Amino acid sequence: MRPDLEVIAGLVPHGARVLDLGCGDGQLLQTLIQQRGCSGTGVENDPESLIAAIRRGVSVMEVDIDDEDPAGLAEFADSTYDLVIVSQTLQTTRRPDRVLDHVQRIAGRGIISVPNFGYWKHRFQLLVGGRMPVSSAIPHPWYDTPNIHLSSLRDVETLIAERGFEVQEQVTLGRDGFAIRTPVPNVVASGAVYLLG
Amino acid sequence: MAPGRIESTTKTVVLFDAARPLVLESGERLEHVEVAFETWGELNADASNAVFVCHALTGDAHASGSEVDPGWWDTMVGPGKPVDTERFFVICPNLLGGCRGTTGPSSIDPGTGSAYGLNFPLLSIRDFVTVHRALLAHLGVKRLLAGVGGSLGGMQVLQWALDAPEEIAHAVVVAASSRLSAQNIAFSAVARSAIMGDPEFKDGLFLDSPDAEGPRTGLAIARMMAHITYLSEQAMAEKFGRRIQDGAEPRRRFGVDFAVESYLEHQGSTFLDRFDPFSYLYLTRALDYFDPFAEQGALIRVIAQPTRFLVVAFDSDWRFSTSHSRRIAHTLERAGVPTSFREISSPHGHDSFLLEVPDYLDTVRAFLDHASEAAHAS
Repeated sequence: MRPDLEVIAGLVPHGARVLDLGCGDGQLLQTLIQQRGCSGTGVENDPESLIAAIRRGVSVMEVDIDDEDPAGLAEFADSTYDLVIVSQTLQTTRRPDRVLDHVQRIAGRGIISVPNFGYWKHRFQLLVGGRMPVSSAIPHPWYDTPNIHLSSLRDVETLIAERGFEVQEQVTLGRDGFAIRTPVPNVVASGAVYLLG
Repeated sequence: MAPGRIESTTKTVVLFDAARPLVLESGERLEHVEVAFETWGELNADASNAVFVCHALTGDAHASGSEVDPGWWDTMVGPGKPVDTERFFVICPNLLGGCRGTTGPSSIDPGTGSAYGLNFPLLSIRDFVTVHRALLAHLGVKRLLAGVGGSLGGMQVLQWALDAPEEIAHAVVVAASSRLSAQNIAFSAVARSAIMGDPEFKDGLFLDSPDAEGPRTGLAIARMMAHITYLSEQAMAEKFGRRIQDGAEPRRRFGVDFAVESYLEHQGSTFLDRFDPFSYLYLTRALDYFDPFAEQGALIRVIAQPTRFLVVAFDSDWRFSTSHSRRIAHTLERAGVPTSFREISSPHGHDSFLLEVPDYLDTVRAFLDHASEAAHAS
């Protein structure tokens, strides 16, 4: 499993009912179900990923997170999950602020995992090379990327606070997505995982 | 038996009689209920591989067939198909009230010795399921690996899982609805008006006169109209466009001139050979009243012992649009019932559920493959 998914799995309480936005092929949910006694649902809109998740026995709903009411995330009722996971997905949505509002409404708790545009390598590529950065954390060229709302960790933390969440736990990720410790995550981390409550 | 050619013939069994009548949801009784059904494949030693197929409005027990005798769901059911008759024991009956071998309104009322006609009691989707469950018991199966159905078939699978989730481990509900819209009911109403307004309907008494033809015009019109709702505008445009049926020049008379008219007329007239106007009335009426989630405590049983659901819609289906399936999926999901939902992109409208749509068939296959694997592991 992707190392950042291992980090997320470690933050999920045993037995939690989890909604995983952008669940891909359902690997994280399957791990949570099998190893942590969780239950839950994935949200995805890629047909191949949906079929792969269904083949694993993970429940997935084909929903476009960007769809406005009444489709989209509005279909998930208030307080019906213990936790919403938004892993490497927030930056791909049209309105990350609204996604966080849905997390607040559906569960009141969330785990979000985001790449850090402020990572020193990204800064270096933009400052010295004068070009949009490409790295293991944001591997796509600017013209063909699902990541339409990149931000630094500091930006994300501002949004988190604005949407009424507190960061209960924060894990910063290094170059390969493994957890690292650093006093200056906004420069040194390639991304971060936040447990929000 | 050669692999890949699993033959099946329709069998008939009496499931309810005077000693053990069928008590309908309305409280009315039927003292003789025969059910026509087919099975494919073999039930395994622990009876854990049974899959039940529920048909739609005008279907029958012959879900899967051969080249010379095709089934109505050959895309889904057969050797190597998603409902794989080489691995699963597959059951498909004609439903109660149908006219393809199972007791319905044109059957003989044992009390009077003549056909029921409009004296047949009104039916509900739950009544169809009650009879399915009796067939299952007759076949010695306690728990289905899966129930699978499209349109009205999906509604039966949904009702079954709500009534007796312990009997149905997995439910595949395709292009269905948990509550018809005003537009849906309006279409049913026009279809029934066509049948009952046909002078040959004779207030339902045409069965009593031996030479009466019955409301053939009305039934054909009902079928023609229904077919319009089964296709999307795009599918009709691609299939027929404004093509003229015979010859290059339009005749500019009131007969069949456009290809689409010829198609509808053909659908209407071939329907007369295999369908009964009373069944059309009774089955469409059962659809109109279907509203299982409105019942008090509708979800209690399925919450206690969850059936795993796969709910599928097609984006071009306007008979039961995606919002119908989404309502089913999210009602279950909100209650904590494990539910997957897909909206398949397909240009063919409501009919998509019967057609070769790879994304859809792959999805059902993935769901049933996992179901089968999980059954073996436990």
